[in-house]
Amino acid sequence: MSANIQATTSISTSKRSLVTEPVVAARSLRRDYGEEPVIRDLSFELPTGETLVVLGPNGAGKSTLLRMLATLLRPTSGDLNVLGAELPKQAWKARGRIGYLGHDALLYADLTLREALHFHAQLHAVEDAESRITSLLSQVGLERRTGQLVRTLSAGQAQRAAVCRCVLHEPELLLLDEPRAHLDPAGYGTVEPLIGRASGATRVVVTHDVEGGLADADRALALRANGAVAYEGPASGLEPADARTIYAERPR
Amino acid sequence: MSAIRVILVKDLRIELRTLQSLPAMGLFCVTTFVIFRFGLDRTSLEGSLAAGVLLVTVLFAALLAINRLFVAERDEGGFDAIRLAPIDGTALFFAKVLALFFYLAILEVIALPVFAGFFLDDASGLLPLAGIMLLLDMGLAATGAVISTMGANSRARDLLTPLVLLPLLIPLMIAAAGATEPLLAAGGPSYDGVGTWVLTMALYDLLFVLVGYATYEFVLED
Repeated sequence: MSANIQATTSISTSKRSLVTEPVVAARSLRRDYGEEPVIRDLSFELPTGETLVVLGPNGAGKSTLLRMLATLLRPTSGDLNVLGAELPKQAWKARGRIGYLGHDALLYADLTLREALHFHAQLHAVEDAESRITSLLSQVGLERRTGQLVRTLSAGQAQRAAVCRCVLHEPELLLLDEPRAHLDPAGYGTVEPLIGRASGATRVVVTHDVEGGLADADRALALRANGAVAYEGPASGLEPADARTIYAERPR
Repeated sequence: MSAIRVILVKDLRIELRTLQSLPAMGLFCVTTFVIFRFGLDRTSLEGSLAAGVLLVTVLFAALLAINRLFVAERDEGGFDAIRLAPIDGTALFFAKVLALFFYLAILEVIALPVFAGFFLDDASGLLPLAGIMLLLDMGLAATGAVISTMGANSRARDLLTPLVLLPLLIPLMIAAAGATEPLLAAGGPSYDGVGTWVLTMALYDLLFVLVGYATYEFVLED
């Protein structure tokens, strides 16, 4: 696999120079937790409107990468540009233009669903927030849950609510950490128009669904268990079988 | 200003709905006054002893609220949510200061009359005392909000917050005691030297509001 990966990486590197103004540009990115590197020497670019799928075993640094792109974590070293903002110095320029769907719903448990979304809408200065919230909740099938406390929602309902929170302010860049988590096929079907390719947003998607993720993406990034880059390039250049071998490596 | 209002309204709404801080603070105050009453075996207090009983009780009641101030932010992703929004991170600081200030002010609406009922023969110093308490509340709120944020992501937060906070509060508590003592003097309130202590408290409050404003973005970072 490594020969295949290296060949594709060199092709992608030559293509990269032709792309102008990528939504995300990372160069020699590194993030340590204490003494231990979680992400090391990561470089990639993501052009506008494209989807990057991030694959790798547990602990490979996928969620850490997403949190750095979301301006929530500082890189230890390297250059990171998101939506034209140099991070972490210009994080304020990118905030509000990013939709982040992480492992937590980021909704206050003791607010009702509508109150929780209204809180986010106000922070993001969403115009006509009430109708936007009503429309989103209706799209994901939660229109009858608006008065229910967030803490009483099921995991699947909370994930759909989190998707509404993520796209409430119509972000240009979607950062999705296992967006199918807790969702049955019907549930994912309701959120797909909002966070799928049809949304039109540039997307970075972390997933363990190798086939589905590669089929849905323009570019792919595979991280090894030690945080090193196994593959970076077009999604079509990475075979699902090759990607799966990364998962077989010994975890840290 | 809008972001401060939004976060503050959210906090007050959650407190009204869950009653996680205020009832505990009120109950703590009343119980502590009862313990002091029987522990000291006195039906009336004045001067420095009265000031000490009141201020220590309010201080430890405030710690209950300070420890809970960022529970929702930590456990429900509020820190991330607020940092993802296109707002100044200091909005969170000011909203929390105001929330804590409101909690303490409401607490004292209950605590001061109970204190007077338990311990004071002459309650004529209560009104100026309320003003002193508001200055104390602002200092507790500003310092508490900064330290509580720092401790929020630490596993030892329940230990860390009081251990860091209490030494920082020593100047404020000394000034509050100095201002309170003559107001609770035997034979009625006196105002000798109160002005200096009030000024000291106001300066302390201003200093920690400015420290919070200047450092909060850094404190919020990972």
